[in-house]
Amino acid sequence: MTLAAATNANLAEISNYLIYSSMAVYTLAFFAHIAEWTLGSRSKVARTAAALTAPARGAAGEGPKIQVKKVGGGTTVLEKPKVVTRAANGARDVPDGPGAHGGTESGDLYGRIAVSLTVLAFLLEAAGVISRALSVQRAPWGNMYEFSTTFSTVVVGVYLALLLAGKNVRWAGLPLVTTVLLDLGIAVTWLYTESDQLVPALDSYWLWIHVSTAIFCGAVFYLGAVGTVLYLFRDSYENKLANGGRPGRFATSVLERLPASASLDKFAYRVNAAVFPLWTFTIIAGAIWAGDAWGRYWGWDAKEVWSFITWVAYAAYLHARATAGWKGRKAAYLALIAFACWLFNYYGVNMFVNSLHSYAGVE
Amino acid sequence: MSKTEERDLGEAGAQLSTAPTENPADQAIGGPTLSAVGWLRWFWRQLTSMRVALILLFLLSLGSIPGSLIPQNSVDELKVQAFKEQHDVLTPIYEKLQLFDVYSSVWFSAVYILLFVSLIGCIVPRSWQFVGQLRSRPPGAPERLTRLPAYTTWRTETEPEQVREAALAMLRKRRFRAHDAGDAVAAEKGYLRETGNLLFHVSLIVMLLAFAAGTLFKSEGGKLIVEGDGFSNTLTQYDDFKSGSLFSVEELAPFSFELDGFTGTYEKSGPQRGTPRTYEAAVTWSKGDGPEHRSVIEVNKPLEIDGTKIYLLSHGYAPVVTVRDGKGNVVTSEPVPLLPIDSNVTSTGAIKVMDGYRDKDGKKDQLGFQAFFVPTFAGAGEGDMFSQFPGLEYPVLALTGYHGSLGVNAGLPQNVYQLDTRKMEQFKGPHGEILKQRLRPGETMKLPDGAGSITFENEVKEWASFQISQQPGNGWALAGAIAAITGLVGSLFIQRRRVWVRAVRGADGVTVVEMAGLGRSESAKLPEELAELAATLNAQAPTAPEPVEVPVEGAEK
Ligand code: HEM
Repeated sequence: MTLAAATNANLAEISNYLIYSSMAVYTLAFFAHIAEWTLGSRSKVARTAAALTAPARGAAGEGPKIQVKKVGGGTTVLEKPKVVTRAANGARDVPDGPGAHGGTESGDLYGRIAVSLTVLAFLLEAAGVISRALSVQRAPWGNMYEFSTTFSTVVVGVYLALLLAGKNVRWAGLPLVTTVLLDLGIAVTWLYTESDQLVPALDSYWLWIHVSTAIFCGAVFYLGAVGTVLYLFRDSYENKLANGGRPGRFATSVLERLPASASLDKFAYRVNAAVFPLWTFTIIAGAIWAGDAWGRYWGWDAKEVWSFITWVAYAAYLHARATAGWKGRKAAYLALIAFACWLFNYYGVNMFVNSLHSYAGVE
Repeated sequence: MSKTEERDLGEAGAQLSTAPTENPADQAIGGPTLSAVGWLRWFWRQLTSMRVALILLFLLSLGSIPGSLIPQNSVDELKVQAFKEQHDVLTPIYEKLQLFDVYSSVWFSAVYILLFVSLIGCIVPRSWQFVGQLRSRPPGAPERLTRLPAYTTWRTETEPEQVREAALAMLRKRRFRAHDAGDAVAAEKGYLRETGNLLFHVSLIVMLLAFAAGTLFKSEGGKLIVEGDGFSNTLTQYDDFKSGSLFSVEELAPFSFELDGFTGTYEKSGPQRGTPRTYEAAVTWSKGDGPEHRSVIEVNKPLEIDGTKIYLLSHGYAPVVTVRDGKGNVVTSEPVPLLPIDSNVTSTGAIKVMDGYRDKDGKKDQLGFQAFFVPTFAGAGEGDMFSQFPGLEYPVLALTGYHGSLGVNAGLPQNVYQLDTRKMEQFKGPHGEILKQRLRPGETMKLPDGAGSITFENEVKEWASFQISQQPGNGWALAGAIAAITGLVGSLFIQRRRVWVRAVRGADGVTVVEMAGLGRSESAKLPEELAELAATLNAQAPTAPEPVEVPVEGAEK
């Protein structure tokens, strides 16, 4: 064994330690989030019900409805002329919830701890992915283990970037950390593959382009899906309140603290729409690569088919949003179907379907 | 923007996009009780509605699913064959439903053709509509600006005309299309959104046409070449050849190439021992009678000559074998390509001696050998003869021989890698046992009774197989794809929005400025943009001291 090979084996081992450490820190972040949610449940905010059951205002003919400047909301209050925003016709005008901490100080403290721990875990995980890449001397996306670790790193990275940009996404913390732990658990238990170089067919700079964008798109689509699922819950909660129903205490406690359904829906749409062109590009880059590697740019291979299905499903979602009768819940279901297609393309095709892209590295 | 909103805002909100309107009458099930023309028009309106486009999109993705789960003829015919043999019941049903050819089936084609007809039916009127919008001016301000999604107002001592003038200049400077419409300035920006959207949808059609052209005109053939041999691009030289239904033989580009050498390297140690690291085929090629060029073809790097691409597909070994007749004369001495059967390149094949061989009595005969080759033998006597490593470390060739009629003259096409032994007799050893021998390079197997010999020469060549394909329309498909992404980015990231600035003299003689913005429902930036515009304008038309009664302004809660 050459010296280089020995360093590589060391690096691969370091990478494994880093991944395990990040899992430990994610677990701590998970508990901190749980503490945040638990402590926050003591707050007694019930703005949603108030907003929905208050006498109908802003009906046709009256003056503009005024909104107080919200944190992270759309209203901009200017020094002199004040801009007043008015919810789109038909939409409910419900304020966003206060977040998981429910406005309590101790809850907020734990939430901040959770985010800090998530940053630390993210750094550890990213270092793990990078040392893995160094150990194999190529992009770390040659098999499903590497794909999964990179995927969750990117998910958390995008989430933290949105937080850093001042976006109101801290509500996504708990679901994200939970699923990232799940993803890493699956990766180290079932998908683990020894560090190794690539077979010639995967050795192309299109790998860098195609796979990196695919992972990034998946991560962002996942954030969109989390937003969509929470939107569906929050929307039924608001519907129930608006119809005079009384949701259960647990539901109230949790859902009251989430952003308004309109905000969640908008978040999901923006995220999905923003990444759709990149997903289109990913498929095209894959086609170019396939053209170089296999002599045809499109051959209806299972992986190609499911990328196409995912693409069409997201296109259907975007169309649904533009069509009056399909907005809201129906469009949300389409978005979830589209994400399910993406997931199947990633896990399902690699494992159950015989595909040319059988680089899964799991037997 | 919703329909109700559009109606609410009247002219001002109309045509902020060219999305087809969902007319409730169109959605009624049952359609018109009209003439045939009425039905046709109803059908056309249905087909080009967003709702049907949505359903067709959904059907398209649903329809592609079976093709990814059931083996497809277009992908792997052998797998289809195997599937058919295993499933007696399903096969006839699947065949009826064309489930082995999903992507060229009638029903799948119907969905995407409908979708694209719908697309064209959608784009053409939208393009006209959009051209109309570009030539007309942005609609005037609605009666009550307060009803718009973003609104602001202030009072100023500046004259209304001056405020409007300043607003016009400001908006134009920011590349709004703006004009003075009565007591208000109307402005609009972000037409690139619509342009992008149309570009995207047109590009989809371009891509589809390019894909169709590619399928109809393509040609694709395979050729196995041993080191030192060559190929020229004519139909007869291909081992196998497929082409689209509109392809004609004259379209084959005139060129030829020779395989100078093939290099394969493999991981030598560790758990991944044997994993391929590089495959390289060095070739010399020329166009027609043109000058010669040297190139290296790798797995991901095809060689392109005049639009024809030459891909490296696979490789294997061709041991050089010499056959001598009973008198010791060399009958043939050449490399024999053998086909790999596993990843360590354990290979099998046939050596056929058709002409020139005479047995010990001088009678014409034919010889055939079944050959089994491993590049790296595990060691004598150790179990089965399977290769342990794909590189040539310890090559061994195992042979059994036959004589008689190879059956090649029977006129039936024959697989060169298989021996048809029905009219042949196996060579036997002195005790009647089957004659078989494992040869190392340089060793010879003697045939019984002076029938000659076969020698595994001290040379093993490599062969490489190539796929030679040409597919017109690739350039168009790529151009369409790039245009599609460009259009999509424009369509998703650019906001189309309208801004109105109204300035009128109030009852007390002070000018009241009102500004309002309208975008599509997803616009987040609109209030911010309006705030910025208002701040700019406010600098030129400063706020007047508050009168006692506040006009329309809202109070904070
Ligand atoms: C090949 C199938 C199609 C695909 C993949 C596709 C994809 C898309 C995408 C990604 C968008 C952007 C969505 C947005 O702006 O929010 C869009 C918008 C749009 N599409 Fe399609 N489309 C297809 C077919 C059609 C058809 C058949 C129609 C006509 C009925 C149509 C009409 C529209 C319209 C009107 C918009 C603009 C919506 C808006 O302004 O918000 N599309 N399409």
